[in-house]
Amino acid sequence: MKERIYKTIFAILAFSSLVFLVGIVIILFKEGLPIFKKVGFFSFLFGRAWYPTHSPPEFGILPLILASAWVTVGAVLVCVPLGVGSALCLHELVSERQRAVLKPVIEILASIPSVVYGFFGMMIVTPFLQKVFHLPTGLCAFNASLVLGVMAVPTVCSLSEDALSFVPKSFREASYAVGADRWQTLTRVVLPAAGSGISTAIILGMSRAIGETMTVLMVAGGAAVIPHSFLEPVRPMTAAIAAEMGEAPMASDHYHALFAIALVLFFITFSFNIMAEFVSRRFRIKLGLSG
Amino acid sequence: MFDPVKIKAQHVDFFYGNQQALKDISMDIDVGRVTAIIGPSGCGKSTFIRLLNRMNDLVAHTVLRGHIYLEGQDIFSPAVDPVEIRRRVGMVFQKPNPFPKSIFENIAYGLEVNGYRDRDVIEERVVMSLKKAALWEEVKERLRDSALKLSGGQQQRLCIARCLAVAPEVLLFDEPCASLDPISTAKIEELILELKKDYTIAIVTHNMQQAARVSDRTAFFLLGELVEMGETQHIFTAPKDKRTEAYITGRFG
Amino acid sequence: MKRNFTQTLGFTFLFSSLALTLLVLFSIIYFIGVRGFRVLSWTFLTQAPRQAMTAGGVAPAIVGTFYLALIAILFSLPLALACAIYLCEYSPKGWVVNFIRVGINNLAGVPSVVFGLFGLAIFVKFLKFGVSMLSGGLTLGILVLPVIISAAQEALLAVPHSIREASLALGATQWQTIRRIVLPAALPGILTGIVLSIGRVVGETAPILFTAAAFYLRGFPKSVFSEVMALPYHIYALMTEGTHPKEQTGMAYGCSLVLLLLVLAISALAVFLRQRQRGRFHV
Repeated sequence: MKERIYKTIFAILAFSSLVFLVGIVIILFKEGLPIFKKVGFFSFLFGRAWYPTHSPPEFGILPLILASAWVTVGAVLVCVPLGVGSALCLHELVSERQRAVLKPVIEILASIPSVVYGFFGMMIVTPFLQKVFHLPTGLCAFNASLVLGVMAVPTVCSLSEDALSFVPKSFREASYAVGADRWQTLTRVVLPAAGSGISTAIILGMSRAIGETMTVLMVAGGAAVIPHSFLEPVRPMTAAIAAEMGEAPMASDHYHALFAIALVLFFITFSFNIMAEFVSRRFRIKLGLSG
Repeated sequence: MFDPVKIKAQHVDFFYGNQQALKDISMDIDVGRVTAIIGPSGCGKSTFIRLLNRMNDLVAHTVLRGHIYLEGQDIFSPAVDPVEIRRRVGMVFQKPNPFPKSIFENIAYGLEVNGYRDRDVIEERVVMSLKKAALWEEVKERLRDSALKLSGGQQQRLCIARCLAVAPEVLLFDEPCASLDPISTAKIEELILELKKDYTIAIVTHNMQQAARVSDRTAFFLLGELVEMGETQHIFTAPKDKRTEAYITGRFG
Repeated sequence: MKRNFTQTLGFTFLFSSLALTLLVLFSIIYFIGVRGFRVLSWTFLTQAPRQAMTAGGVAPAIVGTFYLALIAILFSLPLALACAIYLCEYSPKGWVVNFIRVGINNLAGVPSVVFGLFGLAIFVKFLKFGVSMLSGGLTLGILVLPVIISAAQEALLAVPHSIREASLALGATQWQTIRRIVLPAALPGILTGIVLSIGRVVGETAPILFTAAAFYLRGFPKSVFSEVMALPYHIYALMTEGTHPKEQTGMAYGCSLVLLLLVLAISALAVFLRQRQRGRFHV
């Protein structure tokens, strides 16, 4: 029957989109695993030295993981207060008409490409930091955190505002009815009700920050050493892959090591996404939206 | 031999998941007459009428037991194509649901999906259906306008015209006036009385006056059961069942 | 009195965070706008780079970006549409839908540099497309697949169920209903998704680093198997490679401005389209 055929075709195409996800995992394992055989899983993950081109080379990615962690934490410290604060402001303090303008503007700003942020970081933020902190170079973890944090603000803001707008009006009215003022209503009723929605926004923002490449490649400084302060140059995982893949000979240990870093990166962002999925499902159930 | 029964339901049980919506329904819908199905909300009357053209196929996790025959053919037998059934049994829904297309295209669509290719034939039938649905005079100047610009009552008559164009044998009305004003409602009722000459009609309504005005036979549903069925006159003047009497005298519902 | 004080303090914080956000974002646009504008000229937009990247223009990069976006959309659109149609119209609700949906959400969360590695391993090496426009375009296509899928899904879900029923009740088959009723009604929403994903593709750098991009080419790409210049990569390359950092910086400002204007215009179009569609079906 003709209808059957259509349905089957669509099913095949739908599943083939998943093939890419599976394909990515397979490729990462296939190209990444050889390095574990050579160096060992734990000494790869927790090795303190990343000298892939020395002889003999050393493949310890702890400095890269820590760099990613530092930069991400820094970015979160920037983007959460700004992003959630802006969302609350948009939701509560501006008029309907102002919001109708500001929300789209912020959504549009969310599309500024990362390479432009990286460029801005190099040209404007870097000399500024250099001057203020008397640094030999302004390219450092702090710089990357700042730029990455600002970059994530529109996304976090826009997603948080969505979550806030899902909170039923009746919650707020009920709070006013018992004599709470706007701030109390906002912080004790609306914010908790939208809490897991906002958490989802933050988790997604973090996942984005960990995986972001161009910005950190351009402004983090690139030194593959275990960071001791925010003002030192660092080399996050993504930057290492992007910077070194061009020079790593095909099928060399270095090549496999870079794929293995991508594998680690994949599992980190994967778990963040699963977490976001889980939290957002709970959010929808809590507000009585379709689970 | 002439068979006065167009649709015959026999011992129909219907479940949404674990919830039983219809319990052992057996009833006939006679050819060339208007059968009204009345009852309070949630009594299963809409569910029942949606079985008659297999619209409930679209709802997941449902179970059907029993049989429904259209001119003696079991419409749920695996050999039957639901698309074919829906061509023979048309349906008008609670809320007017015109397509976001022009008035003309709304009606032509049904013809096109049923294999009509000749533009002249299509145009002719569009005009005919609009006339039959008593909408022609109001829209003949603006057939290319979006159907969404029409008023609610006009939209509903457009949906009826759309139905008529594909020449069904049976017309199902699922609370066709639920979202309309009294004047539009009166027009639709008039139309139903007119259409009775050519079609077998079943109408679900929660409005008892409407059932009394338009129907020849009436079935009363309560909590998924068919309580009573008979000539409309009898049901409204001398119901046999106490529950029917309670309902039509307005004691519940 | 204390209550009021807390409220004032809190609201001040919220106000300043929004103000600061807008200030920072607009100052980025301002800096790049002002300095890039000095470089911008007709020559800059229509000519190839000259004299070791210190003069001339970025035309090949603009054209390359356009080609990459074209390949990416041509590749991902049919797949994404089919996927969305299957999820919204055909598949029974339940674990299949959930499984695909979670998979697609996760695909959306994969870091862009990982897509780059995938493209390198599959398109460049395994399928032997080499470092080329095709490899880069396909890699970008996979990257935006989830973007288009979720936009298309949203558009399909916004089509009221009642008109699907109306079509089926007339004796239309499911495929006729999808093709003649649902898809035309969802088209504006799908279009928004496409525009959105073009904006995304145009700005992405990491996926094309090892799959498509070249720092300098003499002219326009000749076939899908040639390397391409692309705007975002060109900015990165001007900042990190080459021998005349000072002059290249100027070029990078111009290039950034072009990219910024392009991306902002595209996403403004997408946002505009989306605003216009809201409430289209509330008859």
